[in-house]
Amino acid sequence: MGEVAQISEFGKILIFLIIGIVMTGAAFFANKLVAPHNPNPEKLTSYECGEEPTGSAWLPFNSRFYVIALIFLLFDVEMMFIFPWATVFGSKEIAAVDSRWTALSLIEMFVFVGILIMGLVYVWIKGDLEWIKASPIVPKVDVNIPASVYEKLNLEQSAFKVKPFSMEIEKVEAVGASTPSTNTTAKPMFKPTFKKAIE
Amino acid sequence: MNESGGVVVTKVNDLLNWARLSSLWPLSFGIACCAIEMMGSYASTYDFERFGVFPRPSARQADVIIIAGTVTFKMAERIKRLYEQMPEPKYVISMGSCSNCGGPYWQHGYHVVKGVDRVIPVDVYVQGCPPRPEALIGAVLELQKKIEGEHVLEM
Repeated sequence: MGEVAQISEFGKILIFLIIGIVMTGAAFFANKLVAPHNPNPEKLTSYECGEEPTGSAWLPFNSRFYVIALIFLLFDVEMMFIFPWATVFGSKEIAAVDSRWTALSLIEMFVFVGILIMGLVYVWIKGDLEWIKASPIVPKVDVNIPASVYEKLNLEQSAFKVKPFSMEIEKVEAVGASTPSTNTTAKPMFKPTFKKAIE
Repeated sequence: MNESGGVVVTKVNDLLNWARLSSLWPLSFGIACCAIEMMGSYASTYDFERFGVFPRPSARQADVIIIAGTVTFKMAERIKRLYEQMPEPKYVISMGSCSNCGGPYWQHGYHVVKGVDRVIPVDVYVQGCPPRPEALIGAVLELQKKIEGEHVLEM
């Protein structure tokens, strides 16, 4: 009379989940138990390829990339569907069963890609493919000098003439060779003298 | 269970040591020309992965650091920091004459540390300038022998 307890398909998944959690927990517990634990300040610094870490790792990220990531997702999903489709499309076995199969799958894929291209066109028209450029505010300074003065100065500066290079060579009288020795009898400036020690 | 159907009885320590020595992950870290030979060891010809040696991009995941090249004073500081950032148990293979003793720079190399063992403790020295990939494989086998006799639970 008693019904045999049966595990439903969801029950199997539950068992799978429980075993998964238990095994992961056991691995973490064993790690805590076995792994040596002796931290020091140098070990706890962030890994920067051996360099001394400077500044914070929490940097502001440009929000432009958010749009790029979204558009990437569009084509990523497209790829995910096209690859399995290609294997079915190329299958000779299915084509042998019904010859219209290849034509049908091809048209379906065109419809699918067409819908995705609609998305791309939408993004394009909305201008999200354009890189947002910064519009810097140029500061204006009122100096009360008319622009014509600057233009005149620029004109003068632009008409700069390059002088031809020339160097005046001064004639240097040769020293020593031409001057005869006139002061042969000149006294030496310092003559060491020795005084006799007075006894 | 092994192939013949018997049960493998082992001590926990042996099991841990076997697990550790079968997957010695070095830090992907090369300083000089010895690193070329190290890369050659990783590549398909010598296929270091046969021994479970697979370079890791972060010191946090590495078991062993292979000092492959000339250790300059500038680099010694970085090596020390990288070594400190590795989790225990950690090992050091000094590859080539430069990191063993300064190599060709031991006399006149004003910028070279005369052996990496002045900065960090070295487990295995590999001689050669540069050592062949076989020599580095030999060093890893030596290190595996060393690990076999260790007691990780007492560390």
